[in-house]
Amino acid sequence: MNGSAKLLIYGGICLAVLGMLYGLHYAVFVEHQTLDRMGGSLTAAFVHAAERNSAASAMALAAYGHTKHDYVRQVDVHSHWVGLAMIMVVLGVVFGRVQFPEAVRFWLAAALLAGSFLFPLGVVLQTVDHGRLPFALAIAGAGLVIASMTGIAWGLAKAR
Amino acid sequence: MASQAIPAVRLTFAPASARRLLLFGGIALIAGGMLFGDVFAVFVLHQNAGRQGEALMAAAQAVAAANPSAAQQVFSGLGGLLEDRGTKVDAHVHMTDAGYLAVLLALLQPYIAFPHRTARLLAALFLAGGVLLPVGIFLIHYVGVAYSPFAVIGWASVLADSAGALLIGVLIAEGWGVWKYLHGQRAASGALEVTQESGWSQRVLLSGGTLLVLLGFLHGAWCSAVDLYRHEEQETSILQNILQDAASPASLSAARVEVANFGNLAGARAVEIAAHSHIIEFGFLAMLLAFVEPYVFLSERWKRRWIGVLLAGSLILPLFVLLELKLGLLAGGIADLGGLMVVVALIAMLVGLLRYSGSLDRPRSAA
Repeated sequence: MNGSAKLLIYGGICLAVLGMLYGLHYAVFVEHQTLDRMGGSLTAAFVHAAERNSAASAMALAAYGHTKHDYVRQVDVHSHWVGLAMIMVVLGVVFGRVQFPEAVRFWLAAALLAGSFLFPLGVVLQTVDHGRLPFALAIAGAGLVIASMTGIAWGLAKAR
Repeated sequence: MASQAIPAVRLTFAPASARRLLLFGGIALIAGGMLFGDVFAVFVLHQNAGRQGEALMAAAQAVAAANPSAAQQVFSGLGGLLEDRGTKVDAHVHMTDAGYLAVLLALLQPYIAFPHRTARLLAALFLAGGVLLPVGIFLIHYVGVAYSPFAVIGWASVLADSAGALLIGVLIAEGWGVWKYLHGQRAASGALEVTQESGWSQRVLLSGGTLLVLLGFLHGAWCSAVDLYRHEEQETSILQNILQDAASPASLSAARVEVANFGNLAGARAVEIAAHSHIIEFGFLAMLLAFVEPYVFLSERWKRRWIGVLLAGSLILPLFVLLELKLGLLAGGIADLGGLMVVVALIAMLVGLLRYSGSLDRPRSAA
């Protein structure tokens, strides 16, 4: 097994463990409370509207929007880390068939590993920082994943 | 002519070996998860969405009637509907994903430097976790917090979380096995026999799978760049409109239109997510099966047939899920058929694997 394959297989297992640990932490300590808060704020928006208290209703609706924004991203991180990790391990097993020199293969593997870690990280950071850095991280990570996957697909297509 | 069993493989694919357990168990989990997803899509998904719309309209009517307690009551029912849908989606996703991981671990066995008994124990624990996790998630909606000492976490959640922890523990242990391999120790299961040469079936599965994954990535990037924030803003604005319209009983019909808009938006988001996740999952499945393909004891003609069915189903499901908003239930039915094609191809492969293992075991027992 060469260095690029090792990087993908070991990096993939580490990323899968990270994604699962995050998912477990989220399920135990965050998810139920978040769902409760989301349902509670939407209910409050309608209850306050029925009480003809439009200011409280608008506030509750805004709270619902914020909670849902965070919830979607927190769930996405778990699934994307684990999903990308599995793809990395499979590609690691077959990486010897990618028809490029080992140096190119290593950079493709490194780009895929970096992108797979950074893209979901950028997504989850959007829940704590509404600035540009999390967006930049997510876009750069997704770009790295797509570019490296395209390169790998090309390398595999060259194999006969 | 059917593929011939290779004697050298007996060591790595022995009866009750970790590899065989993980391969059979993993494919059964994937097929079970997909079948559950198909049943859920046909019998639960659309009906549940319809009931959500009705509940939202009832809440708007409660607002129009200035009846806060009725609004509160509607939402306690709506929470149950959302939980019902959410836990079934999660059970489907976690069952298939645990299956993928099991097949992945089966492939990695030669890289994992453990004795047979440890490898088998880890495989059995992983499969137990892979079954208990989706079962626990599925039961969350039905068990609730009955007899639970926690305020919001019920016993079914405890089961699911414990099964998740078990999967993590096994993965960490397998990672340690890979670490040992990288430091010179060798697996008891023998050398890796993933060949670097490939036949037609492997090439098609590998390139088709990679292409599907890449298409899924591009589709996901497009959706998150174009639709994610637009949809989130639309959701808040539609809910605002419902509340405003419902506040004056004369505008209740306008609220009804907004409730329909809310349903359409939820549908648009659901089909985008489903298309994105399914095309990547099926691509990944095809890539995994490229490695399992040498173990499938079917004639070349039948192998090509099941590969064709698998790849066609993998493309039909996400494509027609996306078309569901334009073509309605017809597209939904075709998408479900695509899912069924993938399940049938998987079961055919499982049969091929059983025949392969039978061909390996027969000479042993005869001797």
